[in-house]
Amino acid sequence: MSTPGYHIKSYCHISNGKISKNGEVLFSDDSEEFPAFIKAAYKHFETDYSKFFKMDNLSKLAFMGAEVLLKDNNEENTALVLSNSASSLDTDRKHQDAISDQSGAYASPAVFVYTLPNICMGEISIRHKLYSENSFFIFAEFNPHLLSDYANDLLETGKANEVLCGWVDYDKGKYDAFLYVIAKKGLLPFDTGELTKLYRTK
Amino acid sequence: MSNIYLSHNNIVSAYGFDSASAVDSIKNEVSGLSLVDDSKILPNPFYSSLIAQDNLSKAFQKLNPQEDYTRLEQILLVSLANTLKESGLELTDRVGLIVSTTKGNIDVLDADNPFDQNRAYLSELGKKIETFFGFKNEAIVLSNACVSGVLALAVAKRFIHQKRYDHVFVVAGDLVSQFILTGFNSFQALSELPCRPFCKTRAGINIGEVGCSVLVTKDEDHLVNESVRIIGEASCNDANHISGPSRTGEGLYRSVVSAMNQANIEAEAIDYISAHGTATMFNDEMEAIAFNRAYLQDTPLNSLKGYFGHTLGASGLLETIIGMYSLHSNTLFASLGFQELGVSQPLNIITETTAKESSIFLKTASGFGGCNTAAIFQKVNS
Repeated sequence: MSTPGYHIKSYCHISNGKISKNGEVLFSDDSEEFPAFIKAAYKHFETDYSKFFKMDNLSKLAFMGAEVLLKDNNEENTALVLSNSASSLDTDRKHQDAISDQSGAYASPAVFVYTLPNICMGEISIRHKLYSENSFFIFAEFNPHLLSDYANDLLETGKANEVLCGWVDYDKGKYDAFLYVIAKKGLLPFDTGELTKLYRTK
Repeated sequence: MSNIYLSHNNIVSAYGFDSASAVDSIKNEVSGLSLVDDSKILPNPFYSSLIAQDNLSKAFQKLNPQEDYTRLEQILLVSLANTLKESGLELTDRVGLIVSTTKGNIDVLDADNPFDQNRAYLSELGKKIETFFGFKNEAIVLSNACVSGVLALAVAKRFIHQKRYDHVFVVAGDLVSQFILTGFNSFQALSELPCRPFCKTRAGINIGEVGCSVLVTKDEDHLVNESVRIIGEASCNDANHISGPSRTGEGLYRSVVSAMNQANIEAEAIDYISAHGTATMFNDEMEAIAFNRAYLQDTPLNSLKGYFGHTLGASGLLETIIGMYSLHSNTLFASLGFQELGVSQPLNIITETTAKESSIFLKTASGFGGCNTAAIFQKVNS
């Protein structure tokens, strides 16, 4: 199903040691662990943003995807509609480990704040000065139909002029991000079949 | 745009297992908060409102479960079973399900919990609820911090508006757990006494638990006496800080203005504000600034946290349901715990339960990640 009047403006994949934009690999790295990989990507893109180093893995993943897509984006009213399967479980497990002994004496606010999946959208909003709509959905797998319905409604009702949508999942060391911007003008028709195809083409 | 309504509803709380038990207690200014001494959750006693496990188990067994369910699943299933039954709706492919929660079955991460840790995946929680009742559509789980419960209503409206569904059941809940309490405690955000939203003596949050559910529908044949129409809703981020409220109330102010624009009303049209009012110093101050910027300083306002505590992913839905009854009974409910204004801007806090003809109310919520949501509801039956 396609939506007349809107297009996929750009898209980005981050998985298996690679970051690509619109199908073109921009960065690849042999690091086996995500923290080393994403730090190398941060340097490669000459990102000057010290808050990055305080973020949890999920936020770093979403942040870098948004860097690739929103770096030269001038649209202030860009809504964020993200989704994943593992919510913030990677950080949840860290908080759980900290509280398992000593009746929670080792709980840290710097960890606890990241035990919500929408925090990564807060990080993107701060970085790109987006005072826009944010929604975080949990699905068993990437669901372009529901994300597209939701993006359509934000665009049709004028709540947003563009929407950064997609999938950003971090679980047990595995990472998978597929983000895309829906706008009036763009590369490809805004179509759920197209999105499914792009998601699978890594 | 077609009209979209809130209809059949249920609240499972410390007060009882239906909305009426909660509303009656609130009308009489009776708090659901009590001192809880449970060292598995926190070393020191804390104020909370908890759902009694023995009553929950009894109510749940009546649903004839065929396998073991977690405590949160039992709470959500009992609430939704009631709303489903009252609605009499057949679960066709035109009926959606939204689950609003911040942490879901987070207690299964504890080594002492008998359930498999995979139960912590929120899609697993969605699947359990979806299959228990035989929904034809995949459950949509919304996890957007403390605005989840009210944002879920906006999400339901948007999916109905896009013709994905004709009706959506929204069910919301979060547990009082060691995970949550130790986290808020690490922020030094917990009050040692029952919370006092917007009061000079406020000293932080109490965390409470409820399960609640509502039918969101476009069909006027499925309404109830307390039904309301959603006339405007918006969410705006502060773009400022992930754990601290904006000093200018930016995101909340923008959310309220955007919701009023969609509803095509001015501030004077709003009869009542159901604020977030967690009773932390910074949150309540931020809300006071945002409401003043939106010219809402004279509108009667309460926070319901003095009754239930902060019920996290359920709070926005819970407080919207209470707001429906407030409009229907033309009664403003007292903001329990409030004594003397303790924010820098004027607000019209409701100090005692008062009769007032009302037709429109504003519900707001704010949360970690800088998120804010405002939704405006109009009474259907006057």
